[in-house]
Amino acid sequence: MSAAQWRKAMNFSATSRHWAGGRVVPPPAGRAATPASTPPAINGQRLWRHIGARHVVVLAAVLLYPWIVPPFFTFQIGGQALALGLIALSLTFLAGYGGMLSLAQMTVAGIAGYVVAILGESGTPQISLGWPWWLVVLFAIAAGTASATFIGWLSVRTEGIYTIMITLAIGVAFFYLAQQNYEIFNGFQGFQKVVPPVVLGVDWRSPVPYYYLVLFWALCGYFFVKYLIRAPFGVALQGVRDNARRMSALGFSPVAHRVAAYAVAGVIASIGGVLLVWYNGLISPGSVGTGWLINILIIAVLGGLRHPVGPFIGAVVFVLLQNFAIDLVDRERFNLVIGLIFLVIVLFSPDGLLGWWAWLRERAGRRLARSAVGGKDWRSVGVQQARPAGRS
Amino acid sequence: MMRRWSWAWLIAVPLLALAAWGIADNARLFFATLLNGLTLAALYFLVASGFTLVFGLLRNVNLAHGSIYLIGAYVGWVVGDYTSSWFLAVAAGFLFAALLGLVLQIGVFRFMPGQDLRQTMATIALSIVAADVALWIWGGEIYQFDPPGWIIGAMPLPIVGKFPTYRLVLLATAIVIGFGLWWFLVRTRVGMMIRAGVDDRAMLSASGVDVQKLFAITFAIGAGLAGFAGVVGGTALSIAPGEDTRYLLASLVVVIVGGMGSVTGAALGAVLVGVAEQFGMAYAPTYGIMFTFVIMALVLAFRPQGILGRRT
Repeated sequence: MSAAQWRKAMNFSATSRHWAGGRVVPPPAGRAATPASTPPAINGQRLWRHIGARHVVVLAAVLLYPWIVPPFFTFQIGGQALALGLIALSLTFLAGYGGMLSLAQMTVAGIAGYVVAILGESGTPQISLGWPWWLVVLFAIAAGTASATFIGWLSVRTEGIYTIMITLAIGVAFFYLAQQNYEIFNGFQGFQKVVPPVVLGVDWRSPVPYYYLVLFWALCGYFFVKYLIRAPFGVALQGVRDNARRMSALGFSPVAHRVAAYAVAGVIASIGGVLLVWYNGLISPGSVGTGWLINILIIAVLGGLRHPVGPFIGAVVFVLLQNFAIDLVDRERFNLVIGLIFLVIVLFSPDGLLGWWAWLRERAGRRLARSAVGGKDWRSVGVQQARPAGRS
Repeated sequence: MMRRWSWAWLIAVPLLALAAWGIADNARLFFATLLNGLTLAALYFLVASGFTLVFGLLRNVNLAHGSIYLIGAYVGWVVGDYTSSWFLAVAAGFLFAALLGLVLQIGVFRFMPGQDLRQTMATIALSIVAADVALWIWGGEIYQFDPPGWIIGAMPLPIVGKFPTYRLVLLATAIVIGFGLWWFLVRTRVGMMIRAGVDDRAMLSASGVDVQKLFAITFAIGAGLAGFAGVVGGTALSIAPGEDTRYLLASLVVVIVGGMGSVTGAALGAVLVGVAEQFGMAYAPTYGIMFTFVIMALVLAFRPQGILGRRT
């Protein structure tokens, strides 16, 4: 064992948790300095105390939203943003709390979407089996989760920067498979006319029901992730992210936690994938191409990986840009705009829009110690996030 | 040592059996596929060697590598079209891509040392921008190079019959470049510094080497190789939007299989992936990509650091 490795393994000084990219960041002031490993006591009374005015306002806003705006905004903006946000949420969970930047989350969602099209009904009856919708959805989520677990099992064998390469390679390989294979995936064309079922007399394809359906699952995903990151599993996962060696010395299995995190993220991404295929009404290799793999990353990073609300903010911004950037720039130059925005975010605000928000609050909040934000530093995301139940 | 490789028989025996069946069934198809696979491997090696070189020293997973390939090819095409000299096109592809790599390293990545995740995301952003700019300038058409006549004919070979001369030239070029790279890394002073940097950057820097300059040189060579491969590969196939993703995937899989940071590993990985892809295309057309993927999954399962990779 070399001296450097030894130091790394015996990384015991208190401030070392804040080691970030070659320079020492002072420990965050005040409440943020409480140890990361204290599991918060979540009981009913406490839970209610955490609901502030802004939560009520946001909830009311998203519930009333379809009654205020025209159907285009309900479906194309609201519905799509929430479905994409749900997929990006799975990436936020993996990257923000597990430290694994997976580019294959759209592949997982796409596998779930393909299963919906293959087992359910589509415009290609030669392939589609036409099973009842509930069975199809169950199978889709099971298949998505299983593939996510497999992807996780493959990629956690290596660490850090390798993850992004391996998941990208898997994602692109699936894209080429879907494009070349006509027996199962129907090749280049994919499947059209994949529509949500009519259940309880409601057509879930029409804007308002679809919006509420997606909203329900988005809220489920959001609160599930919020719960999970405070649960023992989530706390252990953050421990693995911050220092896998130390966690394994404490008797936790980093590999098991990481694979489990992939599985959990797979469930979320699969639900998002089913909803997205119902939104689009079709699935084709283009839906799981490199462009979309990266778009999910952009959405998650744009919003910020600090908090599970980030992907939804990112998705709203992304969808708005997608729909209205055409008015600002040339018709076909959307990718240029989104690429440049992503570059600016990566270069200047690694915490995304949430980072800017925190920075603004910081500026406004008198001369609170500037170091408490750490918004300028990518790696300190973890440290901030590990804060126990204090502010939600 | 023997026990470590004993499991290799589990793979080698079925493979040899399959190969024997392939030769007995249709020797011409088998050897033509093998030769095609080797020429594809040559191309993959040219692209992936730059990628792995940059990773080994800079720890920078340059996901814009495919874009550099494509832009090098486009620039080479423009120069070739203007001067009607294929050799100038190759040189232009190499030089422009090298310049691009230099600008990227000096202008962007130097400002985020040690933050490999951020660097990688920056390369993703740059690849989106580059792909769109290329689409803007050159449109969606398919471009083809116009190499000199003696290169594009067919050459009679035993068993296989006629085989495109250009692919053999490509194979020879890759072998020459491979040996050149090996010579550069093993015999020259800069190469020694690069190898030292791969092993321990901090120590190299402490012994008085201007690491930033070394990084810039390495990045320029890596990117230049991608641009070179762009023109050379674009001549064998063609250049069109979307090729960037294809060669990025190829480089990724090649270096994952061969081992990150190892040029020999890149050669080995390229041969495995290229041959597997061609055999997949010839014998199981719609599942061709699965062969590549299965190789990658097997390597990751049993040797996560790649066949010739070292644990870091």
